[in-house]
Amino acid sequence: MSDTNEISNTSEQRRQFLKTSVGAAAVAIAPGMLMFDMAHGKSEAVSGKVRWGMLINTANCEDCDKCVKACNKENGLSGGLSPTDSQWVRKVELKDMRTGRSLALPMMCQHCAEPPCVDVCPTGASFKRADGIVLVDKHICIGCRYCMMACPYKARSFVHEPLHDQKPDVPRGKGVVESCTMCVQRIDKGLQPACAEACPNKSILFGNLNDPDSEISNKMRTQASTQVRADLGLDTGLRYQGI
Amino acid sequence: MSKLFALLAILCMCASATATEIYGMPKLDIGKGGQCVADPQWMRKNHMRVLFQQRDETVHQGMRDGKFSLKNCIECHASLRDNSVIGRADSFCEGCHSFEAVKIDCFECHSSKRSSSLVQGESK
Amino acid sequence: MANHSPLRFKNRVFYTLVAAGGLVVLMGLYAAHMMEGHGHIITGMNNQIVWGMPHVFAIFLIVSASGVLNVSSIGSVFNKPAYKARAPLAGLLSIAMLAGGLTVLMLDLGRPDRIIVAMTRFNPTSVFAWNIFLYSGMFSAVALYLWTMMEKRMNPWSKPAGLLVFVWRFVLTTGTGVIFSFLVARQAYGTAILPPMFIVMSFAWGMAVFHVAQSSIYEWNEKLLDPYVQKRMKNLMGVLVIAALYFVAAYHLTNLYFARQTGFERFILLDGGVYPLVFWIGYFLLGNLLPLLLIYHPALGKSKSILFASLLIILGGFCFLYVFIIGGQAFPLSIFPGYQVTSSFGDGAIGLYQPSLPEIMLGMGGVGIAFLITTIGVRVLDFVPHELPKSA
Repeated sequence: MSDTNEISNTSEQRRQFLKTSVGAAAVAIAPGMLMFDMAHGKSEAVSGKVRWGMLINTANCEDCDKCVKACNKENGLSGGLSPTDSQWVRKVELKDMRTGRSLALPMMCQHCAEPPCVDVCPTGASFKRADGIVLVDKHICIGCRYCMMACPYKARSFVHEPLHDQKPDVPRGKGVVESCTMCVQRIDKGLQPACAEACPNKSILFGNLNDPDSEISNKMRTQASTQVRADLGLDTGLRYQGI
Repeated sequence: MSKLFALLAILCMCASATATEIYGMPKLDIGKGGQCVADPQWMRKNHMRVLFQQRDETVHQGMRDGKFSLKNCIECHASLRDNSVIGRADSFCEGCHSFEAVKIDCFECHSSKRSSSLVQGESK
Repeated sequence: MANHSPLRFKNRVFYTLVAAGGLVVLMGLYAAHMMEGHGHIITGMNNQIVWGMPHVFAIFLIVSASGVLNVSSIGSVFNKPAYKARAPLAGLLSIAMLAGGLTVLMLDLGRPDRIIVAMTRFNPTSVFAWNIFLYSGMFSAVALYLWTMMEKRMNPWSKPAGLLVFVWRFVLTTGTGVIFSFLVARQAYGTAILPPMFIVMSFAWGMAVFHVAQSSIYEWNEKLLDPYVQKRMKNLMGVLVIAALYFVAAYHLTNLYFARQTGFERFILLDGGVYPLVFWIGYFLLGNLLPLLLIYHPALGKSKSILFASLLIILGGFCFLYVFIIGGQAFPLSIFPGYQVTSSFGDGAIGLYQPSLPEIMLGMGGVGIAFLITTIGVRVLDFVPHELPKSA
C-alpha cells in the first residue's frame, strides 16, 4: 500500500511541477508520465468471488509420484530429498495402525481459509490472496521460520542455500520460506496447477470452490471428502478422498 | 552580482561536463533495446519505483500484465551475447548499479536470463 | 555518601574482561557472517527442526532479561531497601541481556538485512510482531527507570517507573511464552500454561544470573557481600526454582493424562535419546536438585556454593530450553492421527538435529554482548550497589 501511495504522491508532485513550470524539462518528462498512467488499471486484480481448491482422490496414488515430479519441474525445485531441501509436494505413505490398511497421497500446502502461517507472520509476508491461495511474499519475508512452526501440515520449506538458475516465473532464493503456490503463475494464465495436469488418473481435480456449478463443487457435494486435521477448523482448500 | 552568478553557473557546467568524461559513465550493453516502455531518462530515475509497484500488484493481486515487469525489462535488455542483465561490467543492470554503488537484490531470487532464451534452450 | 566509593573494576581486570568479551562477540559476528554467506545449511537446523541453538540462547537471554528485574521490582514496587540498592545493576543486566538475545535472534534470520522490514511492517495478528514492540518498549522502560534512579532530581519518579517496568516485564515474558502457546499443531506447545511457566522460570533464571553477576563484580573488586543480603537472595532464589519446577511438573503431568499426548511425553521423558537425558540429568538433576541442595542444606549455602548453585540453575535453563525447543520440534507432527506415516520429508520420523559450531558461536556471541555491556556499564557508570551497613 505504501508503495502505491508513494507512487501517486510522486505523480501528484509531478503534475504540480508540470502545471507550474514551463520549459524543456517538462516536455521531456511528459511522455513518461502519460505511459505511466496508462499502465495502471489494465489487468484485473484477483477477486474473492473465486476460491481455488483441489479435490484429491487417493485411490491410485500408491505406485505413482508424477505430481511430485511435475511440481519440481514446473517450479524449478532440485528434487533433492535431504532435510534441508525444499519439497513443495511430497508423497506420504499411510498405514492404519489398527486395521493395517495402507494408502498414499500427495501432501502439500492445504491453502487454509484460516491459515495459521498468515496469523503468525510478523511482517505480513505470509498472506492469503483474495482467491484463497496462500503465498509467501518473498520480498518482505525475513526468514524467521515462525510460519513453519505454526503450519500443521509441514507444508513449508526454508531455502538453506544460495540458488541459481531459477525459473523466470518462479523466483526462489536463499533465506526465505516457500511452499506450494498452487502454481499461481499458471493459474493467473488460466492454466491448472502442474500437479493436477500431470496426474495420469485425473485424481487431482482443480477448480473454484465458490462456484456451485463447477466440477469440483458438484463432486464434493455428491461424494465424501475429508479435510486433513479437520479438528483444527482451518477450512482447507484441499480435500482428500479415501483417507 | 548577476555576472558573478553567470560565471559560477558556467564554471559548474564545465565541471560537470569534465566529470562525466573523467569518471567515465558506464557504457551499457542494452541488449535488443528499441522503444522502452517509458522515456529512458525517466526510467533511469524511477525504474525502482515502478518495479516495486508492479511487484506488489503481481504478488498480492495476481496482476501480471503490467508493462513494468522485471521479466519484460530483461526480455529486451539482456545482452545478446549471454542473455543476461548481470554478470559483466557492461551488463544492463549491473553496469549502472556498480557505477552507482547500489546493491541489486533482485537476482538472488529472480532469473537474470531472457526467458525466451530459456524456453528455446529447454526445447532443444 | 562520600565514604562509599562505588565499586569499579581495576584497570587490568577491566581491560582483560573487555578483550575476552569482545573476542566472543567477534566470533559470534563471524558466525553470523558465515551464515549470511552460505545460508543456514552450515547450521544444524533443517526443515524439520527450524529453530535451533540460536533460539535456545536468545530465549534464555530474553527470558532472563525479564527475570533479573525481580531485584528492581522487589526494591521499587515492594520497597525492600536491600533490593533497592541493587536495582540499577538489575536494570543494566536486563538491558544487556535483552540486547544480546535480540541480536542473536536477528542475526539468525534468513534475511537479517531486512530487519528494517520487521520494524516497519506489523502484522497485528502475529505474536512476533507484538514482541518486537514489547522488546523495544522494554528497552525504553528500563532505560527510563535507570534514569529515574540515577538522576537525583528524578528520584521521586523511580517508583512509578519501577511499576511500569514491573508490568512491562510480565507482559514481555507472557509474550515470549505465547510464541509457543499459539502453535496449535505442535504437541509440545499450544498450551496456556506456557506463559505463566515462562514467567516463573524467568524469575528463577534471572535471580541466578543476577547472583552470578553480583558475585563476580564483588569478587573482582575484592569486596564482600553482606551475608544478610546474601541469605535473603539465596532463599528467594530457592523458592523460585521450586516454583518453576512445579510448573514444569504440571505441564508434563497434564500431557501424560491426555492419551493423544502420551506418545510425545514418552519421547521427551523416556525414549527420545538425547532429549530425556538432557531433561533428567541436565535440567532436573543438575539444574534443580543439586542447586536446591546447595541452597538449602544447612552445611552449605555459603557464597561459594550459592555461586555454584546459580551457575547450575543457568545450565538447567539452557537444558530445559534445548529439550523444549529442539526436542519439541523433533517429535513428528501428528498430521494423520492413528496412521503410521512415512515420507521423504520426515513425516512420522524423529527430526534429526546436530548443533553446529557456527550456531553455537552465534549464541555465545549474544552472551558476549550481554557480558560486554554489563562490564562496560559497571565501569563507566555507578551501577553497583553501595555497601550500606546491615540493611533493615
